[in-house]
Amino acid sequence: MITITVNNQMLSVDAASDTPLLWVLRDHLGMTGTKFGCGMALCGACTVHIDGAATRSCVLPLSAVAGKSITTIEGLSKDRSHAVQKAWLEIDVPQCGYCQSGQIMSAAALLKTNPKPNDADIDAAMSGNICRCGTYPRIRKAIHRAAELLATSGAK
Amino acid sequence: MRPVSELSRREFLNVTATVGGGLILALTLPGRAGKSSSAAAATIATAGPSAATQSQLNAWLQIARDNSITVIVDRSEMGQGVYTALPMLLAEELDIDLEVINVVAAPVGDAYINPGNGGQVTGTSNSVQDAWDKLRMAGATARTMLVSAAAKHWRIDAAQCHAKNGTVVNAQGKVLTYGQLADAAAKEAVPKDVKLKSKNNFQIIGTSRSRIDTPGKVDGSAEFGLDVKLPGMLYAALAQSPVLGGKVKTVDSAAAEKMPGVRKVMITSSGVAVVADHFWQALKARKALTLTWDPGANLGLDNAVIAAMLKKTAAAGAGLSARTDGNAEQALKSAKQRLRAAYYVPLLAHATMEPMNCTADVKADGCDLYVGTQVQQVSQVTAAAAAGLQPAQVRVFTTLIGGGFGRRLDIDFIPAAVEASKALGVPVKVIWTREDDMTHDTYRPPAYEEVSGGLDASGKLVAWKLHITSPSITARMFPPVKGVDDSVIEAAVNNLYDVPNLAVSYSRQEIGIDVGYMRSVSHSPNCFVIESFMDELAALAGKNPLDFRMQHLAKKPRQRHVLQLAAERAGWGKAAPGRFQGIALMEGYTTHLAQVAEISIVGGDIKVHKLVCVVDCGQKVNPRIVESQIESGIVFGLSAALWGDVTIVAGQVQQTNFNNYRVLRNNELPELDVHLVDSDETPGGIGEAAVPLVAPALCNAIFAATGTRLRALPIAGQKLQKT
Repeated sequence: MITITVNNQMLSVDAASDTPLLWVLRDHLGMTGTKFGCGMALCGACTVHIDGAATRSCVLPLSAVAGKSITTIEGLSKDRSHAVQKAWLEIDVPQCGYCQSGQIMSAAALLKTNPKPNDADIDAAMSGNICRCGTYPRIRKAIHRAAELLATSGAK
Repeated sequence: MRPVSELSRREFLNVTATVGGGLILALTLPGRAGKSSSAAAATIATAGPSAATQSQLNAWLQIARDNSITVIVDRSEMGQGVYTALPMLLAEELDIDLEVINVVAAPVGDAYINPGNGGQVTGTSNSVQDAWDKLRMAGATARTMLVSAAAKHWRIDAAQCHAKNGTVVNAQGKVLTYGQLADAAAKEAVPKDVKLKSKNNFQIIGTSRSRIDTPGKVDGSAEFGLDVKLPGMLYAALAQSPVLGGKVKTVDSAAAEKMPGVRKVMITSSGVAVVADHFWQALKARKALTLTWDPGANLGLDNAVIAAMLKKTAAAGAGLSARTDGNAEQALKSAKQRLRAAYYVPLLAHATMEPMNCTADVKADGCDLYVGTQVQQVSQVTAAAAAGLQPAQVRVFTTLIGGGFGRRLDIDFIPAAVEASKALGVPVKVIWTREDDMTHDTYRPPAYEEVSGGLDASGKLVAWKLHITSPSITARMFPPVKGVDDSVIEAAVNNLYDVPNLAVSYSRQEIGIDVGYMRSVSHSPNCFVIESFMDELAALAGKNPLDFRMQHLAKKPRQRHVLQLAAERAGWGKAAPGRFQGIALMEGYTTHLAQVAEISIVGGDIKVHKLVCVVDCGQKVNPRIVESQIESGIVFGLSAALWGDVTIVAGQVQQTNFNNYRVLRNNELPELDVHLVDSDETPGGIGEAAVPLVAPALCNAIFAATGTRLRALPIAGQKLQKT
């Protein structure tokens, strides 16, 4: 058994230590918001926060996250109230939606370190997250909008 | 599109009260009553406590006593917005808020057949066209019955009542909710003649309502096929033949079977399945298998062999005639100037973000299938065959789809899950890895396209001859196809330009591997050759590519309009120094589009600065969804035009993941200017329409920049410099 902290909850997991965090979240803990896209940290669909930093969970073994604080899309807010989620709703970003958990987690991590990113900052932070539906123009718009929401409300 | 007048309104709709109370509005297509072929009843029954009746098999709308409103959507949601656009049509006439609607995916049912596709199929961008009259009528019919029930309750004339936001209100200001009226409404006779709102009375249609599926897609709760979890479910990884079309010869699973969590290693009809408690265990055990394969017929297959096959068949004769106007051969001979060229488009992978997967739960007397599919009926029949059951014993639960693009019109990921579930007696989810998905796609077919054109002394196009050689997707998936396969040549047949002598023909040449429908199907290869060659002919005539196109569109006002507007918005002919423009025009899915690309050449590579796209898709149901679909198509088209290329060596696909099958990323997005034209015409398709114009617009811009004409895709790897 390995103990990990997911969305502020301590959880014991009975899985081999080399199991990627992605599959621990999905198959063992039933948190399916984090998606499998490539298994090689190439597409970003599996992005979660490890101690606040955007991290690809598909190549991160369980043994590497013991004692760390993991946040998934399910834990970003209880009620879609995170500024990024609000902006995503307002601009209606998702199409098929499959990559969007990862996009949102990457965007939330970006805004934590850079509350007012310009387009170049967004490009740099988001280039690891592929969207085959091509929601990129809306993602960019929504990140700017989330930055505005953060600035005006002082929300998280 | 099927006009309403063809449907008998009396037969069109019927109603039942549910056992649990409330109103169910169902649709029966003429001549189809009572012939629903599936066990889908139970699927609908899950939406309510009642036992399903025949009417429920065809249900579109369920209004319960608690005022909840369920709209059954018969097209798969894969990002294109049907879970919002179709309910909007119904809500417009029913007079309800979109926010109160609960969307349920339709089961398999004849009522859900899309006449434009000949089955319960989400494809060819026609979901809104198919639903346009049908769902508005369903909404208007239900509203009329609810009003009528309220009038009876109040003992007044129905004319003194009206529907208002989920209620019926009378002149005295009394109010009854739809939920309160549902039982009584279900006993009302179905009105024979309901009047649909005119455009100037639309409250919902034409507005950019928020998508119904967005909330679940921003908090992680949206359920895709990959997310399905059933009690006792096991996971399976599948080892498929590295050489396409090969079969397993020997399996040594001794080591794999000893690995933690492994329950079974079994040969299925589509490869060797390793079934385990968790997917990671299955994946690790798959690596421990020792397998040998009978490679089948494709060991000698590579890209050069495929191209040679197509060219050989093309040279063997003109093929089947798909369209003949005048005498193109004669007109070419007598033309003042002539040009001949050959174009080639490569195999492409769909590369949906959600890899292929399927969950099956097979029991002695039935099978439940949980799958992101664009073809519910075909999925049902496929699962039934794999389980040894009758189709009516298979229930299909369509999940949200993490990218379709036509890939999920195929069903090759279904049988292994069914076979494994049957063998183990528990639900099994088969997941393909990205590598499995990339190397076992049903690829967009290659096409070899020979084209000739002739100009008269004034530079007017007098002859056009196009001969396309390609495999037939439809012949494999929906046989038999006799003669010309539309999926290869449709857009070439619908050539927009005024040419008195035109010949379009098709030769079928299979290439030994399965090819499949991919977003915009024939339009991409066809539009690439037509719009590139129009540019070549414009150069031959010494004319501006825009003027040359306009000259051949005398009787096409919608096309002229989008072309002119795109040129204006892009500042056609006024690009900054070092910037170059290319233009393309297309009609497809009854939508008319023009694109202008603006590029520069940096160090021999293309840099795409801007794409302008003007779209006339008729009446827009939800303009924001239309706009996002056009952006989506452009991004998809950019990936394909710039880099899309599946290469085969010794029968094996070389591309395995996003590191060697490049797709556009956020930082590579050019500026996009999408403009939607106002129009009262019936709605056109928007999911696929923007894809095909990107490649010719880019290649025409490359020609403007360098004088080099690219006649093959992708652009990457080709020399872009002045010749």
